[in-house]
Amino acid sequence: MRAIWKREMQNYYLTSIGYVFMGIFLLVGGVMFYLGNVLSMTPSVATLLGNLNYIFMLTVPILTMRLLSEEKRTKTDQLLITSPRSVWDIVLGKFLAALTVVVLTTLVTLVYVAMLSRYTDRLYPGAIACNYLGFLLLCMCYVAIGVLMSALTESQVSAAVLTLGVNVLLEILESVFSSQTFTLPDFLSFLRPVLSWFSLYSRYNQFAAGRLSFANILYYVSFSGLMLFLAVRVMDRRRWSEG
Amino acid sequence: MIEIQHLTKRYGNKLAVSDASFTIQKGEILGFLGRNGAGKSTTMNIITGYISASGGTVKLDGYDILEDPREVKKRIGYLPEQPPLYVDMTVNEYLKFVCAIKDVKKSRIRGHLDDITDLVGLGEVRKRLIRNLSKGYRQRVGMAQALVGNPEVVILDEPTVGLDPKQILEVRRMIRQLGEDHTIVLSSHILPEVADVCDRLVIIHQGKIVAEDTLENLTHSEEDSRRIRMRIAGGNDEIRAALERVPGVKRVDGLGSREKDTFDYILHADGTADIRRGVFAAMAGKGFPVLIQRPMDLDLEDVFLQLTRESGEEA
Repeated sequence: MRAIWKREMQNYYLTSIGYVFMGIFLLVGGVMFYLGNVLSMTPSVATLLGNLNYIFMLTVPILTMRLLSEEKRTKTDQLLITSPRSVWDIVLGKFLAALTVVVLTTLVTLVYVAMLSRYTDRLYPGAIACNYLGFLLLCMCYVAIGVLMSALTESQVSAAVLTLGVNVLLEILESVFSSQTFTLPDFLSFLRPVLSWFSLYSRYNQFAAGRLSFANILYYVSFSGLMLFLAVRVMDRRRWSEG
Repeated sequence: MIEIQHLTKRYGNKLAVSDASFTIQKGEILGFLGRNGAGKSTTMNIITGYISASGGTVKLDGYDILEDPREVKKRIGYLPEQPPLYVDMTVNEYLKFVCAIKDVKKSRIRGHLDDITDLVGLGEVRKRLIRNLSKGYRQRVGMAQALVGNPEVVILDEPTVGLDPKQILEVRRMIRQLGEDHTIVLSSHILPEVADVCDRLVIIHQGKIVAEDTLENLTHSEEDSRRIRMRIAGGNDEIRAALERVPGVKRVDGLGSREKDTFDYILHADGTADIRRGVFAAMAGKGFPVLIQRPMDLDLEDVFLQLTRESGEEA
C-alpha cells in the first residue's frame, strides 16, 4: 500500500496534475475568498469553506480520474494484480494518495484564516477545527466516489465526467429535497427524511455550525469505505468476467 | 512444481481455454506453443492470478492460486505480452517501485537491481524515462520487472514479439541463462524459438492441450521415415541409380539442379534406418562428390501443423 501511495504521489508531483489541481483550486479559491469574505466583509470560516467545497467538488475528478482507469487501459494493472499485493492494498494506496493531495491543498487555505483573524476576534479555534474536519471528511467522500468511478471505466475522461455527474447530482438532490417549495407526491414523502439522512451535505452543515458529532464522522468514513469496497469489487469482478 | 488441472475459461459462448491440464516441472524451460488466439495468454493470465478461471485449478508447490494467491504470486515473475510499464517513470524509479510491491527488503534493493540490470543489459539506460526507450529496451525493462524478487518461476508471454533479429537472439541468450536457476515458461507462436531454447513443449490449439512432450519425442513420434536432403555432383541418372541401390533407402525424390553440374535430392529412409554413411560410401565409390548432406527430421513445423489440424479445423 505504501509503495502504491508513494508512486501516485510521485506521479502527481512529477507530472503536472498535482500542480494543475492545486493551481486551479488556489486561484478560484482566492477569487472566492476575495468576493465572499473580503468584499462582503464576512470574517466567517464557514462561508469560506462552504465556497471552497464547491471547487473541490468540481476539481477532485482531475485527481481521481486516472487512478484505476489508466492502469486498466495501459494494462499496467497486470503488474499490480500479479504482485503479492491485494486489490484492497492497491485501491487504498491510490485513494490515500489523492486524499493526501486534497489535505495538502486544504492546508494552504489556512492562510486565509490567518488573514481573517487580523480583522475579527470572533474566530474560535475549536469551531474552526471542527469546520475543517467536516470539510475534509466531505472531500474524502468526493475522492472515494472518484476512485469508484475510475474503477468502472478504462477512460479517464469518462471517469472524470462520471465523478462530476455523481457529485453534482448528490448536491442537487440535497438542495431539491431540502427546499420547502418542492413538494413530493404523498406516496413519496417518506423519501424526504431518508434522503436528507443520506445526504452528504446536510451533515457538513452541522460541522460548519460547530457541532461535532461522532455519528456524522462515522457516516462520512463509512460512506467512503463503501465506495472503496465497491471499487474493489468492480476490480475483482473484471477478473472473473466471462463476457 | 506447477500443476494445472482441468483449466477452463469461458468468454460468452466461447471457450478460450477448455479442460487444459499440464504440469510445469522444477528447473525446466517449458515452451508453450500455439497459434494466435489459441488461448496461450489466457492460460498464462490464469496461472499468474491476473484473471480467474471458470473452472479447474492451478497449484504451485501445493498452494492454490485462488486460496493462497499471495504465496503463489510471490513465487512467480510475469512478463505479459505487453510489458506493464509506467512510461512516465525512469527505469530506476520503475524497478524500485516493483521491488517495493514485491516485498524486496530495502537494504537489498540496490544490489538486487544491479544484478538484474546487468543480466538483461539495461545498465546504460537506468536513468532514462521509459517513455523514451526503444521497443527492445522496453522489453528488457519488462524482463527485469519479472525478475525482481528472484521468483522461482518466470513466465514470459511472447517475449520476442516485435524485436529485431539481433534482439531476438539476445532475449534467447537471456532465457537460456535464466533457465540455469529458474523454472521458465515461454509462450510463442514461433517454432524455431521454442525449439531453440525449450526442454519440453506444450502445444495448445483452440483452447485444448494437444501435445505435451519433449522436442525429440514430438518430432520423432510423428516421423514415419527419416529424410535427408542431398546435393551431389555428377550425372543425374547415374547418381539416382546409385542412390536407389543403397541399403535402407526407400525412395529418392529429385529436386533438379540448383548449382552447375550438381543435382539435389531428398532421400527417404526405410523406418528409422540411418542411411547417411551408406550413401556417403556409395557416392564416394562412384566418384560423385557429396556437397550437401543434411537430415530433415527435425521438422517441428510439420508436427505443429498436423497436431493443430487434427483437432478439427473449423472455417
